[in-house]
Amino acid sequence: MTTNQVENAVGRMIPAEINDKPVVPFPGVGKHRPTGRKYGPPIATCADYPADGDKRLPDLKAALIAAGLRDGMTISTHHHFRNGDLVANQVFEIAAELGVKDLVWFPSASFPCHAPIIERLKDGTVHHIEGSMNGPLGRFASEGGMRGAGVLRSHGGRYQAVQDGEVQIDIAIIAAPTADPFGNANGLTGPSACGLLGFALADSQYAHKVIVVTDNLVPFPCLPWQIQGNYVDYVVEMDVIGIPEKIVSGTTRVTKSPDRLYIADLTAQFCDAAGLIRDGFSFQAGAGGTALAIGNYFGDIMRRKGVTARFARGGSNQYLVGLLEEGLVEYILDGQTFDLEGVRSMRENPRHTDTSPFTSYNYHGKGNFASMVDIAILGATEVDVNFNGNVVTHSDGYLLHGIGGWQNALFGKTVILPIPLFRDRIPVIRDEVTTIVGPGELIDVIVTERGIAINPRRTDLLDAVKGSDLPIKTIHELKEEAERICGKPQAVEFGDRVIAAIKWVDGTVIDVVRQVK
Amino acid sequence: MTDEPIVNHIGVAGNKGPGIRSDCFVTIQLIEGGGFDIDLNSKVKALYADSIITLARDMLASFGLANVRLSIEDSGALPFVLAARIEAAIKQVIETDQEYWPDLIPENRYHTAKDRYRRSRLYLPGNTPKLMLNAGIHKPDGVILDLEDSVAPAKKDEARLLVRNALRQVDFYGAERMVRINQLPRGLDDLAYVVPHNVNLVLIPKVEKAEQVTQVDDRVQEIGRAQGLDHPVWLMPIIESALGVINAYAIASASPRVVALAIGLEDYTADIGAPRTAAGRESFFARSQLVNAARAAGIQPIDSVFSDVSDMEALRRVVGESKALGFDGMGCIHPRQIAVIHDAFAPSDQEIAKAKRIVLAFDEATAKGLGVVSLGSKMIDPPVVKRAQRVVDLAVKARKLEPDWRSEG
Repeated sequence: MTTNQVENAVGRMIPAEINDKPVVPFPGVGKHRPTGRKYGPPIATCADYPADGDKRLPDLKAALIAAGLRDGMTISTHHHFRNGDLVANQVFEIAAELGVKDLVWFPSASFPCHAPIIERLKDGTVHHIEGSMNGPLGRFASEGGMRGAGVLRSHGGRYQAVQDGEVQIDIAIIAAPTADPFGNANGLTGPSACGLLGFALADSQYAHKVIVVTDNLVPFPCLPWQIQGNYVDYVVEMDVIGIPEKIVSGTTRVTKSPDRLYIADLTAQFCDAAGLIRDGFSFQAGAGGTALAIGNYFGDIMRRKGVTARFARGGSNQYLVGLLEEGLVEYILDGQTFDLEGVRSMRENPRHTDTSPFTSYNYHGKGNFASMVDIAILGATEVDVNFNGNVVTHSDGYLLHGIGGWQNALFGKTVILPIPLFRDRIPVIRDEVTTIVGPGELIDVIVTERGIAINPRRTDLLDAVKGSDLPIKTIHELKEEAERICGKPQAVEFGDRVIAAIKWVDGTVIDVVRQVK
Repeated sequence: MTDEPIVNHIGVAGNKGPGIRSDCFVTIQLIEGGGFDIDLNSKVKALYADSIITLARDMLASFGLANVRLSIEDSGALPFVLAARIEAAIKQVIETDQEYWPDLIPENRYHTAKDRYRRSRLYLPGNTPKLMLNAGIHKPDGVILDLEDSVAPAKKDEARLLVRNALRQVDFYGAERMVRINQLPRGLDDLAYVVPHNVNLVLIPKVEKAEQVTQVDDRVQEIGRAQGLDHPVWLMPIIESALGVINAYAIASASPRVVALAIGLEDYTADIGAPRTAAGRESFFARSQLVNAARAAGIQPIDSVFSDVSDMEALRRVVGESKALGFDGMGCIHPRQIAVIHDAFAPSDQEIAKAKRIVLAFDEATAKGLGVVSLGSKMIDPPVVKRAQRVVDLAVKARKLEPDWRSEG
């Protein structure tokens, strides 16, 4: 695996093959030209499906057997229930029980609740994971526990990979808060309500077999049909598919940390001073505590200036819904609903609509929404002096987070990362990031509590804030300040083995993660 | 082995456990032979193991220790914290007057003016490193590294070393660097750990008599002479009892180094036997007395703290009253209170307009070489001019006035 390596456009050494498949090294933003046609799943016929529309099977095991579960298949699940998902673990327990081996798990994201899958990796049921590995799974993979290499993709990159046929899903299991026996499904009601089901759209369209699992079966028709039953093979009713308080919790409260509030305030001040908050503007809304605080500060600025945002894209929650209902934001284009207020608003308010990685993020489409957003506020574990960003590994080399929509949102017109200069003793601004997840040419501004660095490419922003009392510094000055406080970190040593590939939004490989020593 | 007498076999310092960050827990044990046996368990090991081990070895050697088992459980402590913890642990196993001083960073070499603004002073518990690191970014007028009430009795010794190292190494971005020492007599011993490290101001708690101020002042002078210090260390006595209130003027005028007089209402109300209320009628006399004593002595009266950190509206009300009584500043126990306090102590639009007219009249008189400033038909006394200049400065600081306001006419 490590014998043949090529340097990609951001200077990282990439093996020629990963998981025995050839790799296209990242050639630069917008340089890779896809060819050929989209992937097509087998043609189905109504002759094989019940004419009364009732596709129910007694349980998940029966459905997996009916779907032809066997060794080496690619099985997909989704993270709409976040850390409250009860379905994915059961799928692999059943597979283990049936003695199936070498599966590829293709989740839209994994969470700490999926730690039991470590056992399935150990006993051979699962060969490797293609999807984010948050927490325990990432730790296990980082230490070399997984047989194959993980493949991490952005939300948009996941849609692209399925559409282009890079990943061919054998069986998709879609956990749906509400569904009818035909397979129409949505996330708006039911005990496990999560808002939308956009992450499962690609799977429903392209997987060979699709199983809808629900704990809230309604008679046909289930409206609205966020997932269309015409794509669905089987429907399974279960007692419970998710833990509600874990579905809608997480980082959906405004931070109380005075330091983070300070960074949030400074970010909003920057946007104001740079003239980015103007009538009809748009912004990417994040779910982290700092991002939520920035949303609130945007609200204050909009009220003061008497302007409104045309739309906010991204995760919705009570605070964003507040801005919508106050009229400060005209539309929410929701990619992921983070609390019950968000779910309620999406159910009731026609100006609050669900989106999918296809509409918002797919790079191999005829445009997407991400590049139309004026201000994208994102996070990072590390940034380097060339503005390259990392969101997947920590500075000690451990792979602990997924990419989410981060790479996709980098295409926003002004990308701002509000981050602390150091966390505990770990400097966040480095000479080189441990893993390049986003190229510096797409990252415009770094806001820290000790100063703001603007990418020298953005002369327009540098000019716009000239003469303001904002603490503008160079990225090198910030890096040196962090090292003055924390000390210069020693180089971290890695093994040779590649434990994960980081895909760019077009399916090329921008970096790899190696095993920790 | 060391020549120093062994006083203990095991020394421990610092903190660990859930919620502890940017700190470390150090255990030290003198052993028979074997050199240094250092066990490091750190969340930043991959990046800083070498640097931590080098620091530990250097410190052990500089205290003349040769055979030691040292264990460090590190939650991301910065070097000044590691050094303070290791030193505190060493001092439990050997008797020594030696100290291990990290460098005094150039950013911390500034002095402060006697009449500088003291609108806000942020209390930082003296044994909690994580709260110190970013205190300066919130731009309080002063930070107080507290050795008194916020430090548990068993942690007093290690807090002194941490506060000393913080004075040398933490950049507070121009805030006046203050230390609240312990109640006397213990507080007198604290001074040796703060005065040599360019502390700008010492707060003296629970002052009841002028002699207590003199005692501190004398000890500060003595240490200053021994260290060759050429700048004054300002003093801020805190009055927290009925006796202190009665003696307020004598306390305020006990030394030319006293620059402000503060009041601590929690202890004061307990002392007079009245519950502390939101309306604050029980402390009206004391606060007013304090303002008068401070003004009579030509120094700044500073109000107590407001303890409900979540209620910004109530804080705003309290600061408004405080300003109306004549106070110049207030204590803060949370960074979020700073902006509210600065805003409330900022002059009103009418005050600013009047001050601008007086300052412009003064400029004009100075330009014409006139000794007397007049506005319309009224003569303006020098203290009025000075006060107007302060109002203008304060307005600029509170962003209610552009720094180049003169050019705007």
